[in-house]
Amino acid sequence: MARASYGRLLAYLSSETRDVVGAEDALGDALLAALTSWPKDGVPRQPESWLLTAARHRLIDQARRRRVRDEHEGTLRRLAAESTATAVAGGTFPDRRAELLFVCAHPAIEPALHTPLMLQTVLGVDAARIAQAFLVPPATMGQRLVRAKQKIREAGIPFEVPQDHELPERLDAVLEAIYAAYDLGRDDAAGIDPRAQDLADEAVWLARVVRERLPEEPEIRGLLALMLFCDARRAARRTPDGRYVPLSEQDPGSWSTSAIREAETELGAAARGGRIGRFQLEAAIQSVHAERAQTGRTDWAAIVVFYEHLVQLAPTLGARVAQAAAVAEAHGAAAGLALLDTIDRAAVATYQPFWAVRAHLLRQLGEGVDAVEAYDRAIGLTEDPAIRRFLLERRG
Amino acid sequence: MKYIMLIYETPQNLESRKDGERDPYVAAWRAYHKALIAAGAYVGGAPLKNVATATTVRLREGRRHVQDGPFAEAKEQLGGFVILDVASLDAALEWAVRCPAVASGAIEVRPVDVDYHATFVEP
Repeated sequence: MARASYGRLLAYLSSETRDVVGAEDALGDALLAALTSWPKDGVPRQPESWLLTAARHRLIDQARRRRVRDEHEGTLRRLAAESTATAVAGGTFPDRRAELLFVCAHPAIEPALHTPLMLQTVLGVDAARIAQAFLVPPATMGQRLVRAKQKIREAGIPFEVPQDHELPERLDAVLEAIYAAYDLGRDDAAGIDPRAQDLADEAVWLARVVRERLPEEPEIRGLLALMLFCDARRAARRTPDGRYVPLSEQDPGSWSTSAIREAETELGAAARGGRIGRFQLEAAIQSVHAERAQTGRTDWAAIVVFYEHLVQLAPTLGARVAQAAAVAEAHGAAAGLALLDTIDRAAVATYQPFWAVRAHLLRQLGEGVDAVEAYDRAIGLTEDPAIRRFLLERRG
Repeated sequence: MKYIMLIYETPQNLESRKDGERDPYVAAWRAYHKALIAAGAYVGGAPLKNVATATTVRLREGRRHVQDGPFAEAKEQLGGFVILDVASLDAALEWAVRCPAVASGAIEVRPVDVDYHATFVEP
């Protein structure tokens, strides 16, 4: 089944009951039933409706089995009513995936689980693959997800897009969680994290789901643009024999023009919204990088301006290190290093990009011994073997 | 929390030791070791000599059984260990995936049994 279909069905079923675990079980049973009946009786004319009806029956059975009539009578009645309504409406049912995303990123849910929950519920990614991406044992990730889903039901987290006054903050959490799937995959001075590579497509997909529902929100378009700009360079980040290629050495001819075009369109639409935000600024920085495909040069002065605003809005470690790297390109390595050195050392003890940028700048300034020291720190903190090899060669 | 990383290395990994720093694998280890210390995560550790040098001892019914070779045979061999002091298993696993041996060998991460240790170690 296509992932669009899985997410739509699960979102709709769980929005009726607030019970994601129950909806997953019901949908799983319905899919099993389809596996046995479709090859025999033929695929129904509206397969999604068929699955929805089958899953609903399972949900009703589940509720009956629990035998807590007071609690579930409402649910049963609603399910029965909606079953009829769906049949009348000719098999279409509302898309509640955006609501489900807001549930996954609800403040009552531990932030570290926002992204795993989204991947599992809206995209149907299995717990083992999520565990691998987040570097936890599969059983542990499975337990954490189950507990989070129980909390959704027990705490009564509503399946709705928040009201206007709540929306900005709640949307931030959703966008942060979508971007978290992508965050490690950034290809700036830090290089990329191979664990995040296969999640990039999933993140883009989730962003499109939210944009469909909230087309007027500039930041969702900004996030989508940012991810598309980065995606455009995916093939350029490695040579055919697997060597790492930093952004500055990439051939713009190997960037995806269609992804860049779509990103520009999204960023343009976001700008017309008239509300600037973190993701739009990050997308704007990537847009300047993308211009090198046309102009053959990078406008570092423009990038520095965007970073100044970005660091004011969202002073993350990543933004501050990248800002120092941009300042070094625009105003020289000494200026970049001075800015880099304003970052608290305790905060960067295990932050690889800081040491990679520092090594690069010290080398440019002819500070050989300190540069080697910084290269060693960066190499020691690197996970990707291709980047480790690249840095080892740079260190010399 | 204290964790041990049991580092299982491939024959090629172990072979590269003899070239010293000229080998990228050894150079990566040097950097990794430095980063561990600088981050305050390093408690101790050591590389081990080739598994062919191992001798395994058992005492059964008062008799010593001394056997040439490792406790268990495997393609990857225990090449060394590092004891970490970090906040959580997640942090220990982050260090494990940065280990130069992890791309070809494997790292077993286990918590140190501090409570049990305390039952037989003077404070």
